[in-house]
Amino acid sequence: MRTFGTPEFLFIVYALRWTLTLTVIAFVGGGLMGILLALLRIARSRALRGLTTFYMQLVQGLPLLVLLFLCYYAPSLFGVEIAALTAAAIALTVNSSAFLGAIWESALRAIPRAQWESADALALTPWKTLRFVIAPQAIRLAMPSTVGFLVQIIKQTSLASIIGFIEITRAGQLVSNATFEPLKAFLSVAALYFAVCFPLTQLSLWLERRTARRGART
Amino acid sequence: MNYTFQFGPLLNYLPQVVSGLWLTLLLSFVGIFGGIALGVASAVLSTSPWKPGRLLVRIYVEVTRNTPLLVQIFVIFFGLPNIGIRLSPLASVFIALVFNNGGYVAEIVRGGIEATHRSQVEAAESLGMTYFQTLRFVILPPALEKVFTPIVSQCVLLMLSTSLVSAIGVEDLTGAAMIASSETFRTMEIYLVIAVVYVVLNFVFRGVLNIAGLMIFTRSRRRLLGRA
Repeated sequence: MRTFGTPEFLFIVYALRWTLTLTVIAFVGGGLMGILLALLRIARSRALRGLTTFYMQLVQGLPLLVLLFLCYYAPSLFGVEIAALTAAAIALTVNSSAFLGAIWESALRAIPRAQWESADALALTPWKTLRFVIAPQAIRLAMPSTVGFLVQIIKQTSLASIIGFIEITRAGQLVSNATFEPLKAFLSVAALYFAVCFPLTQLSLWLERRTARRGART
Repeated sequence: MNYTFQFGPLLNYLPQVVSGLWLTLLLSFVGIFGGIALGVASAVLSTSPWKPGRLLVRIYVEVTRNTPLLVQIFVIFFGLPNIGIRLSPLASVFIALVFNNGGYVAEIVRGGIEATHRSQVEAAESLGMTYFQTLRFVILPPALEKVFTPIVSQCVLLMLSTSLVSAIGVEDLTGAAMIASSETFRTMEIYLVIAVVYVVLNFVFRGVLNIAGLMIFTRSRRRLLGRA
């Protein structure tokens, strides 16, 4: 029987790259979709707004685990089998898109209507208004929550272990099974998540305080 | 797509799914109210003058918020027996859910407490109110009312994350679905049904918690009725 030593710990540490890969895919993919959703939510067309609301409510009302199972098993309806990484990436992207979309929508809405009107009076097109007037302010407003949600994504990648994808939680399970020392294995996993998430949480707090100070000054 | 959806075989699993639903409701109920109780207590401690208490809550909050719930469940269920604490799967997940939700609620409520104006506390002091009277009558009611919406969102997210308990074999709604799926191979059908149930639960929880909030906090109620 193996004991829990440095090689076992390093095995978990190496799996960190898969946790981070999954996080990056979900954040970038979810971010791009989220931008689109946020813009559609403030669009003029009622049908588009309704459709996006429906999508966002649906995804936000679904446990990520169930979404993950649906993404993992749905392609087999067409006789295609997909890798656990692909399924996890799709599920996390869809999930993040709905939440990031909601965060960014509220940031866009937080900019006073008068700014749209004055930009219009200066003959800026809606796109230019968004690009040069609204977005720069909205991005600053949305930064703390966006970083906060990035931490959520990192933690959510642990669910991929349930469909057998080897990221750090699954690596912890494997080590725990091989050494019969689950406490050490899972505490190492928890410590790694903490080491990655804690600096980001602090960053998010710092951004939030900075935004609050700026808001107080103006 | 040459796949025929067959929902028929699932009917045999109705009893399991219904008992799974009850367990999901029970887990959410305990997680929400246990978490709120623990969270409010932690938030009070984290704003108290007692330094070790503040430090303890800080560590607790950072640990729960920076590690995944799934890993917390694994540490409690698989890890603790190593040091002689053997818990049933159900007991483990109850502890994990309360512990997890408590950390998030503590952070939300702390924000509410810190937003209370210093002069109100001073006014209470000058009226001769004790620390606990000040908390009970001056600080907590408006603080909780202010942060009620984020607490509701957090509690709905907690309800959704109770699905993770199925990872250690607890037969909640998702656990029942896993069993039905492995015995009938009607995987897509069962998860689609479960998905609809969760989406409905999401709206029910949000609605019930918001109504509860209006019943508890008279000021929000008056504001709402005043506007209507």
